[in-house]
Amino acid sequence: MDRTRPLLNRGPIGHAGNVAVLAVPVAFLGYFFVYPIVAITLRGLTVDGAIDLSVFSDVITDTTLQGVARFTFWQALLSTILTVVTALPAAWVFARFTFPGKRVLEAATLVPFVLPTLVVGTAFLTLAGPRGVTGVDLTGTLWLILAAHVFYNYAIVVRGVGAYWQRLDPRFEAAARTLGASPSKAFRTVTLRLLAPAIASTSALVFLFTFTSFGVVLLLGDLKHTTIEVEIWRQTTAFLRLDVASVLAVVQLVGVAAILAAYGWFQRRTRVQFERSFDSSRRPEGRERWIVGAIIGSTLVILGTPIAMLLTRSFIGPTGRLGFENYINLFKLPEISGAFVEPATAIANSLRFALAATAIALVVGLLSSAVITYARRRTARVFDVFVMLPLAASAVTIGFGFLVALDRPVDIRTSVILIPIAHALVAIPFVVRTASPALAAVHRTLREAAATLGASPWRTWWTIDVRLVATAVLVAGAFAFAISMGEFGATAFIARPGAPTMPIAIFKLLGKPGPSPFGAAVALSSLLMIITGVAILVIDSLGVRDRREL
Amino acid sequence: MSAIIDDLSVMFGDVTAVDGLSLEIATGERFAVMGPSGSGKSTLLRAIAGLAAPTSGRIILDGADVTDLAPHRRPIGLMFQDYALFPHMSVIDNVAYGLRMHGATKRASRHTAARLLELVGLAGFERRAPGSLSGGEQQRVALARTLAPEPALVMLDEPLGSLDLALRESLLTEMRSVVERVGATSLYVTHDRTEAFSFAQRLAIMRHGSIIRVGTPDAVWNDPATTFVARFIGHPNVVPGHVVGFRAEAVTIPGSAVSIDDGPIDGVVQDTVFVDGTYEMTVRVGLDTLLKVIDIDSHPPGTRVHLSIDRGAVRELVLDEF
Repeated sequence: MDRTRPLLNRGPIGHAGNVAVLAVPVAFLGYFFVYPIVAITLRGLTVDGAIDLSVFSDVITDTTLQGVARFTFWQALLSTILTVVTALPAAWVFARFTFPGKRVLEAATLVPFVLPTLVVGTAFLTLAGPRGVTGVDLTGTLWLILAAHVFYNYAIVVRGVGAYWQRLDPRFEAAARTLGASPSKAFRTVTLRLLAPAIASTSALVFLFTFTSFGVVLLLGDLKHTTIEVEIWRQTTAFLRLDVASVLAVVQLVGVAAILAAYGWFQRRTRVQFERSFDSSRRPEGRERWIVGAIIGSTLVILGTPIAMLLTRSFIGPTGRLGFENYINLFKLPEISGAFVEPATAIANSLRFALAATAIALVVGLLSSAVITYARRRTARVFDVFVMLPLAASAVTIGFGFLVALDRPVDIRTSVILIPIAHALVAIPFVVRTASPALAAVHRTLREAAATLGASPWRTWWTIDVRLVATAVLVAGAFAFAISMGEFGATAFIARPGAPTMPIAIFKLLGKPGPSPFGAAVALSSLLMIITGVAILVIDSLGVRDRREL
Repeated sequence: MSAIIDDLSVMFGDVTAVDGLSLEIATGERFAVMGPSGSGKSTLLRAIAGLAAPTSGRIILDGADVTDLAPHRRPIGLMFQDYALFPHMSVIDNVAYGLRMHGATKRASRHTAARLLELVGLAGFERRAPGSLSGGEQQRVALARTLAPEPALVMLDEPLGSLDLALRESLLTEMRSVVERVGATSLYVTHDRTEAFSFAQRLAIMRHGSIIRVGTPDAVWNDPATTFVARFIGHPNVVPGHVVGFRAEAVTIPGSAVSIDDGPIDGVVQDTVFVDGTYEMTVRVGLDTLLKVIDIDSHPPGTRVHLSIDRGAVRELVLDEF
């Protein structure tokens, strides 16, 4: 007698539809993600189908590789601490105060986070590299890597902790004050305690990203200052030691799993039930104005300097003249430096790949979101973790996995379609995180209301479901596009010499001697930054807002 | 535009939410169903709307059996407890939605919707987003949206449930007058007796999935029939019959039927409160029976008093609570 229930709970698709919805992402992620990871593990730990740990023990007893692992860990820890310490004041300002231009600045903090790693690396090269604006060369030191990591992950802390901080009832601190606590004591005993889980889980995320840092370290580090991620690439491309690279990848995966476990543990502790949503922010008063102003100022300096340097340097031509020479060189570089491909072609390639990657990521990501939203609770939870895995495994692992695994059943390793697929894998977690909440927000009562007002199931789906998630889909698409445009870690393994992307072209240009290629790399980085920046502006302007009028 | 519910049952697994319920609502009648939470009243509405599947029984609207119809084919309107306004549509598009679904043109539906917004006092709110409205405004948009397609039966599920007390009273009056003006047949579900008594021409008390008392507000009030109904609708003195010399298991005594004078019943004042210009005393009679008595004079706690009861005003009740 259950006539109407399934229809309303699951939308207009029946059971068969559900199976199809589940099958697509499972097949996609299974073949392009799980299978390569398994292949890497087998490659590293077995020989001819039998377990063989000789390469494994060679790797873990190698003092150079031990040094790499140690450096990977320490730079991640230092980067994390430094990022949290510098970004917490800004998190406080954004959570507790309103000031002119807040919205713009808030959007601006997002920009570094979505900038391609190679752009960030290049920006820091213009700041303190051998051909930089300041004349100070800090490449091959820990400091430049740390600075780039702080710049890169600043937004995660500001947003992650700030969002939590904003919802924290300011009366908790007020209550502590009325009970005799000094301002600093009230902060330490109440606010900081309540924030601790949020800080810890955000730190775990920053640690994860810096632990698997690739592009930044590749450009700014040297043989000693390098991460496991870079070492996997070097072993693969320079020494063709796929077995050593596989072992390193397995070691890194274990590390990542541990970090993720810590992250999940902290995340569960941040789930304090907030009784209502607050906006506790207010205008700063009196002395506060100076403190808030100083923090806003330093945020602008930290986030603005590398970007400003990059843009400035892009207008300083090879001969030191101001102008568009570097940009013009992008179109006649083959004559100048013998680079095999015109960077202009790379721009066209990147745009094509980005469109394809966006389409793939949207299809797979939206179907995944549908599973997460509509499936039974257990299925949904398992699936939620499953689709997030590519985010954790690092782009290099994805690209390396393609190289190791995708010669079976058919050898597709040289196919150009792999590039958008790899990009889509990186983007899918972002699509899912954007689309799932929007799908979940389509409450059953809204569909029921539409039904009682005379809308058929299909009409309900079209007028309610589709319309409500449309914005989220656009945002997710813009995210996927920006990610694909800037993706380097995976692309570095699978890009065909004849079809480089913008980041690949930047990397190649940076590797060439002389001032012209460097200038061109800076110009290309600036272009890439502008493209991803526009995508972010689109995302932000579409973002959920309290629209008083529709 | 009448509604007949015939022997309707709804089960969720082993739980019977609605249990063989029958009900008739006449054309143009304002009917209320009240009951405590969990009594099955929301499920009743959902079953009539087609959102919950009945296990047995029939639902007949306007003479047509709609039991097997999908929700969108039934001539009903349901106003949801938290309104379920579509967040991506403006106020006018929300109200026009039902008309559009019934085939009206965009222009015609907007025209009608604007008229309804005017009726509920929201002229000028057409372009606003539902999220920017106050609770009371949202409530009125929801009412307009429900009424717009002129359903044969308008159902209101706890329509004032999410509002604060001060707002409820004014909105209740307004809502009744709007429903009255459009002449809709309506079914109002609430747990609040004030709402039910002031909205309905006829009301029913629901408990454990069935209706245990139905009638006009004054009939139900004056003769609640069982202790549960009497207590639920707010009778102050539901006491064992023997305490006041009745044979019945239980009786209800209106507050106005007890007076402090030289009557035959002895009691001790337990508590005195000054309410609305008179004193309300809680008087212990016998071992553990408490009676509410209203008097213009104060009798402080501890005072021994003699009570008399207007036996004609006392109603005998069936004990159905324990």
